[in-house]
Amino acid sequence: MVEIILYIAGGLILLGMLTALWRFVKGPSSADRIMAFDAMTVTSIALIALIAFFNNRIIYLDVALVYGLLSFTGVIVIARFLEKGL
Amino acid sequence: MEIRMLIGSIVTLIGAIFIFLGALGIVRMPDLYNRLQTGTKASTLGTILSIAGIGIINPEWAGKAFIIISFVMMTNPVSSHTLARGAHHIGIPLSDKTVIDKLQEAETEENKEDQI
Repeated sequence: MVEIILYIAGGLILLGMLTALWRFVKGPSSADRIMAFDAMTVTSIALIALIAFFNNRIIYLDVALVYGLLSFTGVIVIARFLEKGL
Repeated sequence: MEIRMLIGSIVTLIGAIFIFLGALGIVRMPDLYNRLQTGTKASTLGTILSIAGIGIINPEWAGKAFIIISFVMMTNPVSSHTLARGAHHIGIPLSDKTVIDKLQEAETEENKEDQI
């Protein structure tokens, strides 16, 4: 029961990532693409946590933490670059 | 034991639904600023609920899950704010239905004061 609900949740998260990927491909300006990239990385943090539960390894949560740190830094750097403040 | 795991999985499912709705808003919304709103708020809440559900299912992981939750809660609004400000600075247009643009007014007033 629990595993079935978690599989449904993982499928929904993957579907959300694919929908954000559509905006990433299409998006008219570069800021749209960065926004879609931000949403995709935040979504993939949740997906990595689910994978950590399915494989029963706590070390994957550290991977999620580092991934969030890298995406935060990347978005800040590119936003400052768009603003010509870098 | 079983009840706790069921509650945790349902919390994770609610978070996944929020993530999916946020991604749908990214595709459907008319301009960049509305897309930033859905893409940041709904995705942040969904991620927080998903990781909290994983922490409820496995209580030994709750500490690390709490660290990730507080990290996401702190950093995600900051990156969204910076991106929105940069996009407004380089002049990405607002949608037609926008009523008021306070940042534009504040910047023009600043320029007037500089000229005086």
